[in-house]
Amino acid sequence: MFDWFPQNISTFGGDIDSVFWLIFYIVGAGFILGEAVIIYCAIRYRRKAGRRAAFITGEKMSELAWVMVPAAIVLILDFGIEFAGGEAWSKVKGETPASDIKVIVTGKQFNWNFTYPGPDGTFGTDDDLLLENELHVPVRKVVDITIKSEDVLHSFFVPVMRLKQDAIPGRSIPAWFEATATGQYEIGCAELCGYGHYTMRGFLFVHTAEDYAKWIQERWPPAAPSADSTNVVQL
Amino acid sequence: MSSSAAAHPAHENQLSFVRQYIFSLDHKVIGKQYLFLGMFMALAGGLLAYLLRWQLAWPESAVPGMSWIPEPTMFQGIIPPEFYNAIVTMHGTIMVFFVAMPILLGAFGNFLVPLMVGAPDMAFPRLNMMSFWTIFTAAMIMLASFFVPGGAASAGWTGYPPLSADAVYTGVNWGITLWILGLALEFASFLMGGINFLTTVVSMRAPGLKMMRLPLMVWMQIVAAVIFMLSVGPLIAGAVLLLLDRTVGTSFYAVQKGGDPLLWQHLFWFFGHPEVYVVLLPGIGAVLEVLPVFSRKPIFGYKAIVYSTIAAGFLSFIVWAHHMFVSGMDFDLVMPFSITTILISVPFTIILLAMIATLWKGAIRLATPMLFALGTLMVFIVGGLTGIFLGSASADIYLHDTYFVVAHFHYTLISAVFFGGFTAMYYWFPKMFGRLMNETWGKIHFALTLVCFNLVFIPLFKAGLGGEMRRLYNPFEYDFLKPHQGLHQFATIAAILLMIAQLPFLVNFFWSMFKGKVADRNPWQANTLEWAAPSPPPHGNFDTAPSVYHGPYVYSAPERKEDWQPQHQPH
Repeated sequence: MFDWFPQNISTFGGDIDSVFWLIFYIVGAGFILGEAVIIYCAIRYRRKAGRRAAFITGEKMSELAWVMVPAAIVLILDFGIEFAGGEAWSKVKGETPASDIKVIVTGKQFNWNFTYPGPDGTFGTDDDLLLENELHVPVRKVVDITIKSEDVLHSFFVPVMRLKQDAIPGRSIPAWFEATATGQYEIGCAELCGYGHYTMRGFLFVHTAEDYAKWIQERWPPAAPSADSTNVVQL
Repeated sequence: MSSSAAAHPAHENQLSFVRQYIFSLDHKVIGKQYLFLGMFMALAGGLLAYLLRWQLAWPESAVPGMSWIPEPTMFQGIIPPEFYNAIVTMHGTIMVFFVAMPILLGAFGNFLVPLMVGAPDMAFPRLNMMSFWTIFTAAMIMLASFFVPGGAASAGWTGYPPLSADAVYTGVNWGITLWILGLALEFASFLMGGINFLTTVVSMRAPGLKMMRLPLMVWMQIVAAVIFMLSVGPLIAGAVLLLLDRTVGTSFYAVQKGGDPLLWQHLFWFFGHPEVYVVLLPGIGAVLEVLPVFSRKPIFGYKAIVYSTIAAGFLSFIVWAHHMFVSGMDFDLVMPFSITTILISVPFTIILLAMIATLWKGAIRLATPMLFALGTLMVFIVGGLTGIFLGSASADIYLHDTYFVVAHFHYTLISAVFFGGFTAMYYWFPKMFGRLMNETWGKIHFALTLVCFNLVFIPLFKAGLGGEMRRLYNPFEYDFLKPHQGLHQFATIAAILLMIAQLPFLVNFFWSMFKGKVADRNPWQANTLEWAAPSPPPHGNFDTAPSVYHGPYVYSAPERKEDWQPQHQPH
């Protein structure tokens, strides 16, 4: 109904957005009802000469029902919201689906460093590739990322993916996403990390399968002695 | 205790100026000291809000009227990124700990609790004086921290380590150390205050004033005091660890030597969430007092409100990790915290609906205190409802640390502190200063405040839904945030108008203090005991110690001719 969010290009972004809209309609109804009754009462029951206020203490169960029944409805809606939200939560933050594309994201005042394992598929070897503020992924593939930090807390935030995860020094936090559209998108930092916090901007490049293969070819030319072509294709 | 109270009136004329107004033992004078400290600190916090709002609307341009601030803090009125981080940090710190708490608990708690329970003073007047001068010292330390080399704390009001734990990350050395010291003193001050409130309510109630006859403002104050005292301990421990990390190089939060940054977040929010209720409840308490008086109706469901408040207070201790859904904490802990968080909506629904039901079939007079009380309700509904989005773990993945959060907590805190605080101010002003405030200017103040406040924060909800992160010095470095500049300019103009809209209040406040119409004891025809004392009450409060015969909200009882029944009148 409203065009409030950035474009969504992740497989799980829609789940998060629909939890938002579910809550939106529930609390929207509560908002309109609550405000309307307050305004209605304030106008309808203005003090007039000769009319006395009703003596209602709200201590009797029959009166208290006016409060308790809505509270019970709120309780039921709460569980509805949590049920829907819990599923989305497990999908986004639960087990990473099997993936061939692994990237380590390292926050560092004030850069996002992306480390690729290279054709051997192993981190910490000579063919690792470190890119500053550039994350290249193919479309329609699960990307397995590990989030780290070298200094303070950062928060890896890709608005179009609806993905946010803090980076903590000393910890490797797993996350994943699968892009559904190609293009260039921004990556931000969502946790205050110092005076350059606002400059900690990166880019996500989502390539078609062919473009991604081409990108891999350029980065790790097949002629290189340590690489063999089957690994490149896997990557 | 009673002997010293009896001695008060005789002493009154002999007390020197210093003993009467500066190092006073009188809870009412101390309450006013808290009030003026809170109002002064609100000016400081407001000035910071002006600076940060300007930067967000027209980044890196000279802030009008601020070119006098010397380098390296600002450069001919232009805010550098280091100072911007100090601004947002200190704005939050000052507004929560040095405006909201001193005004709602310090000022109104001190002034009202003894009067409302029919006591001549607090249980421990000297401790009371000490708690004020402790927070005064804390406030001065906070303000002084702007002037040390490196400037004030800049690691956010939440002070997350490692950023806050080592000067290499921020360039701020003394600033953060002073910030920790200032906070520690502030906590000590309110610990002393809380002990005083509780002891006074437990041991000094007037004869006949059973717990279930206490005015709800007193209930709110003591629940707030208990919540504060139970939650602050872990944070004080956490703050000491942080101080040790900074000053002697221990490693409680630094991973290189075996510490854990997440430990701080748990300790901070174990306090931080209950703290929200500490400032919220007294604001709601003021509204709960005003609604029956100006509707001439008993409060709806007194007991349900008391029990719901206690339930909400209890729940507030088991929701803290909802601030940490994307922090990297245990995956399996997230949903339990999400559920407890959202369950808080149940007791607050009961409290809110009881308040609205109090209006039903009332005889409502829309005087300024009542307008602000209704404004508190209308604004608080938005704050409460938008909290549901953030309490849902999955929606929070996207919304966490965006302007949606900023808008949400301003709706909850400003409803309690600002609207609730003004409700209390306009309502109890005659009792505090013996004069009435001007009604017309009060209503103008209300209308402007309600409109401008919404115009500031509605655009920020939209900015947050658009994905804009908090605490960005210049958000428009991001391409996807460039379209938000218009929202920020709109919010900034509205914020400046909101500040200007406080001028009618300030003029009204000081003018009425000296020139307002003289108020009698009970200008609103209210039932609670404070209105049985003279306006303003003398040292020792009551001319004769009151006894209590009724609950606080017997309005429009059918068997009575008058539509009210003071608590201290037998029939």
